Amino acid sequence: MNKYGLFLGCTVPVRAMNYEVSFRKVAESLNITLFDIADFSCCGFPTKSVSLITALTLSARNLAIAERESLTHILTLCNACTEMLTETNHIIKEDSKTSEIIRKNLNELGLTVSGTVKVKHIARFLSEDVGAETIKEKVKNPLHGLKFAVYPGCHYAKPSEIYENFDDPEQPQSINELVLATGSEVIPYESSCCGGGILGIKEEVALSMSNSTLSSIKDNSADAMVLICPFCNVMYEQNQKKIEKTFNTEYNLPVLYLPQVLGLAFGIPKEELGFQINRIKLDRVFEKISLNSQRG
Amino acid sequence: MSKVITFKDLDPHFKYEIMKEKGGEKIVSCFACNTCTLSCPVRAVDDEYNPRSIIRLSLLGAKDEVLSSSFIWLCSSCYLCYERCPQDVRITDLMDAIKNIAARCGFVPETFKGQIELLKKHGRLYEVGDFENKKRAKLGLPEIKEEASQVEKIIEITGASKFLEKNGVKNE
Repeated sequence: MNKYGLFLGCTVPVRAMNYEVSFRKVAESLNITLFDIADFSCCGFPTKSVSLITALTLSARNLAIAERESLTHILTLCNACTEMLTETNHIIKEDSKTSEIIRKNLNELGLTVSGTVKVKHIARFLSEDVGAETIKEKVKNPLHGLKFAVYPGCHYAKPSEIYENFDDPEQPQSINELVLATGSEVIPYESSCCGGGILGIKEEVALSMSNSTLSSIKDNSADAMVLICPFCNVMYEQNQKKIEKTFNTEYNLPVLYLPQVLGLAFGIPKEELGFQINRIKLDRVFEKISLNSQRG
Repeated sequence: MSKVITFKDLDPHFKYEIMKEKGGEKIVSCFACNTCTLSCPVRAVDDEYNPRSIIRLSLLGAKDEVLSSSFIWLCSSCYLCYERCPQDVRITDLMDAIKNIAARCGFVPETFKGQIELLKKHGRLYEVGDFENKKRAKLGLPEIKEEASQVEKIIEITGASKFLEKNGVKNE
């Protein structure tokens, strides 16, 4: 029997509650029980570039707690959390020298870790464990006519080695398949890394990186962008106005989280999917959806 | 990065120091093909960052130049070069290894110091207090109780709290 723990990380529970609430609603309608583990903390990723051992120990602490709570899976919402926790599991199993240091550190907290809890991003989970076919069966309001620019973010499938090559590392298809299952279209465009990782180091560079993605999405006329990472959201939604100002352009591109898209297609009322938190108005998206439902 | 470096400033042992660091083991496999730099989304918009040059400088032994630079902090950790490198240099991990060494030498950008402070205090990068929990409750989300004591202890025992005492590298 699988036991799924929902890993919130730092950003989601405070700055992306729409992502969290919409995933909980989607999971509920798929009859998936999620466990909240009070002791989960930061995944460790933010300390990686100054101290890898700090990052790995913080990460392994979460894995150890998941093992203590007999979880079979940790489901993650943030790409950075996914990468950090997955990499730590990988190192615990593959690198005895580093794993010894991690174990010694955890020992001081009275914790042990064996690397047995499977870490999966919710998009990968929905694709592999639920399946696009099941998603399709759940659709009550097909999102016909909507064009989405699906953005997987860097750490969803990279580095491929730690993710068992579950998807194409540079052009993952699994999220596209989930979005296509709602009846909408997925448009092609040229994407860059969002730059979120260096926003605090050199802001203008990060903004310029996001700008190149937004500009390509605009050229390919999408109704909205679909994300699976709160870091990417910081760049593409929360900084979109700043990007427009800096580069003297206009995008006005709505940004949704994947479970918000699925939730709309499942017929979950939009008030329950956290849309009041989305900053860029989704009027055009909702108009298209209501036209669809009028047509029956 | 266009500065002239003279032999007397080079430390031929620097590459071995990097190779001892987790993630830096494969630096000597680099044959300078430039795939990393041509793939890099940071490089595409900012000439200051050039992963190939950072690797060449490190192999040459330009230790002070590399560790005190602001350019090593510009990797956005996207793993594109990591995936494409024909020599499996694992450049993203290598950049972290170099940054870890730089941090221990006292070069820690302010942004990371701030993040370590927050983690010590809240166990997360953002505070989850009454205000946030009220907002969560309105959406029907469960309450979050902050638990920072174990996170603080990890930061202490792994030496990351020492970074808060030293002078950081200046950013532009």
